[in-house]
Amino acid sequence: MPSLRRAKPAAAQSTDAGPDTPPSLTPAELAAQRRKRRTGTLIATPGALYLLIFFVVPLGLITVYSFATRTSTGRTSLSGWNLNSYERIADDVIGGIIARSAWLAFLTTVLCLVVAYPFAYYLATRPPRLRARLLVLVMIPFWTNGLVRIFAIRFLLGSNGPASALSEAMGFGTFRILFTPTAVVLGMVYGFLTFMVLPLYVALERMDWRLVEAARDLYASGAKAFWRVTVPLTRSGIVAGCVLVFVPSFGSYVVPEILGGAKTLLIGSYVARQFQAARNWPLGAALSVLVIVAMLVAVAINQRNSANAERTQGVTR
Amino acid sequence: MISLAKTASWTRRARWLALAAAAALLVSACGGGGSDNAADDCEPGETDGDLAFYNWADYMDEELLLAFEEETGVSIDYTVYESNEQMLSQVESEAAIYDLVVPSDYMVALMIEEDLLLPLNYDALPNFSNIDDAWDNPPFDPEHRYHAAYQWGTTGIGMTYDALDAIGGESSWAVIFDADTAAQVPGGISMLDDAPEAVSAALKYLGYSITETIESGNEDAIREAGALLKATNDRLVKYDSVTYGDDLVNGEVDVAHGWSGGFAQAFFETDAYETHVYTIPVEGGVRWVDTMAIPHNADNVCSAHAMINFLLDAENGAALTNYTYYGSPNEASTPYILDEILEDPGIYPPPDVYERLELIPQMGDLGLIVQDMLTEAKS
Repeated sequence: MPSLRRAKPAAAQSTDAGPDTPPSLTPAELAAQRRKRRTGTLIATPGALYLLIFFVVPLGLITVYSFATRTSTGRTSLSGWNLNSYERIADDVIGGIIARSAWLAFLTTVLCLVVAYPFAYYLATRPPRLRARLLVLVMIPFWTNGLVRIFAIRFLLGSNGPASALSEAMGFGTFRILFTPTAVVLGMVYGFLTFMVLPLYVALERMDWRLVEAARDLYASGAKAFWRVTVPLTRSGIVAGCVLVFVPSFGSYVVPEILGGAKTLLIGSYVARQFQAARNWPLGAALSVLVIVAMLVAVAINQRNSANAERTQGVTR
Repeated sequence: MISLAKTASWTRRARWLALAAAAALLVSACGGGGSDNAADDCEPGETDGDLAFYNWADYMDEELLLAFEEETGVSIDYTVYESNEQMLSQVESEAAIYDLVVPSDYMVALMIEEDLLLPLNYDALPNFSNIDDAWDNPPFDPEHRYHAAYQWGTTGIGMTYDALDAIGGESSWAVIFDADTAAQVPGGISMLDDAPEAVSAALKYLGYSITETIESGNEDAIREAGALLKATNDRLVKYDSVTYGDDLVNGEVDVAHGWSGGFAQAFFETDAYETHVYTIPVEGGVRWVDTMAIPHNADNVCSAHAMINFLLDAENGAALTNYTYYGSPNEASTPYILDEILEDPGIYPPPDVYERLELIPQMGDLGLIVQDMLTEAKS
């Protein structure tokens, strides 16, 4: 059943249902409304133009390039349109790169969720003043250059770094974690944690805690109340957080390059390689289109999820 | 009603206008440039405007740029890149207009083939004769019309003396590609994150000539090298083309595949010459030469010639090598180059070692297969 919220206003007007229906407008009012709408369009124009020039047009170009041919010197010839680049995506090698990227992104998402949920829970249950301060603390790393933070982690994990010194002092010997997939996942969890914390925090903060109390009153154990009440009610935050972490992790380029030592090839690095060293723009473009489609699917899931959440919240209130 | 329709058409027109404006903006952004390439008219030292100089990262003594600016009065817009391909895509797409670029040997061949370079006007380059005859008419530019040598170097292995002793005192690609030999090395191993270099190293270890393999289109040999790279992948700590020298002196790795000057700079900066050494493996390695060339769409061709001539000056050429620690193709510079550089066999290898070095030729269609080999190795 479609919710009322999503029904088109035009339809609501024509069916003339409730007392809310606006009375028919005078010409003057109509003109005023039009003016208002025009001002709205005008305000939106710079943003729309910007998106058109720097997002829609390049995206279109990428799509066009993905059907083009690479010449033997690596120039892209805009003729002889074909699907070769898309066929190559099914190759074992490229398929493996995609699968590995998805797996590492999945691990990152799960780890972020496990770390962020208790943290967001703690945040959301603090008194408002403390909460505001803690939120600022969560945001602070965001104001520091990301590259600097990743290089700091590289130093931390390096075989001459503090982590290795500590393990040596404790008698475990030097450890090699830098330039492994583990280091990549650690770096991505750190880099994207905020994207998980914030939506979870919002969901938890909006939650009606009386429902948890009611569950406890009805003899639900703490754990049961959490799994049966809190988690379902914060589902929208969980899905939003997972999408926000998974999408950038999947296409991540900087973290795997710096912490992975370019040894485990992920899709982001592979695409960059096609545009630079390999000079195979059609393949790079086809892979970019693939990543964009994957992202759109994730966003669609998220949209649907938040629409659902609005509906359930309408019920609970 | 009439007035209403009018407004509607007006907004539609406005929208079209906006679109047209956007399109015009795009076209002007794409189609910029267009210059008269009057290289023939340049006099020696003549300048015709500010110089857009696009060079490899960490490859220029800033004092030289300042000296040129002072001497000629033009200002230099100096930007850097980290790979030939990065430079190529900038020049090819005309994303920016450069007056002077520094492509390596095989890239010169590719850029000539793509009509991306302007022939040099030797009348404006009196210092061109300073270049050693050994660099005349190289295979990548047989008629020597498009480039002037900038710096040259080799690709080999940097390692700790401990690692060198551990493998018996003679440098060999086996320290990377042979499991047993590599196991003798206490620390980690890194390789260049560069497909042509990685494949060439593997070819050398397998006993193939790089030039012959590429020129005869011997795909089997390249695939054999690729299989070797794949078998080696797990043994490596990392692939790196930028910080390999620092990683070596920091102890992150004990053996690193890399370029001569990169090691020399790292050893020099950290006083690591006592403990570390750059070697050319007994099987031979790669040599390369970076060159100065002028893109086809350069705006200030005379300024570019003036800069080339300036850098080919005996003392300026020496200053460059004294900064980069790469070999100088400039014969006249020799008296001004630091002895520690001239006497370093890692920078100026003795003749018998030099003979075992090969230029990597332009790869054409094999290039993609070579790229795939490194990709597959990492999978």
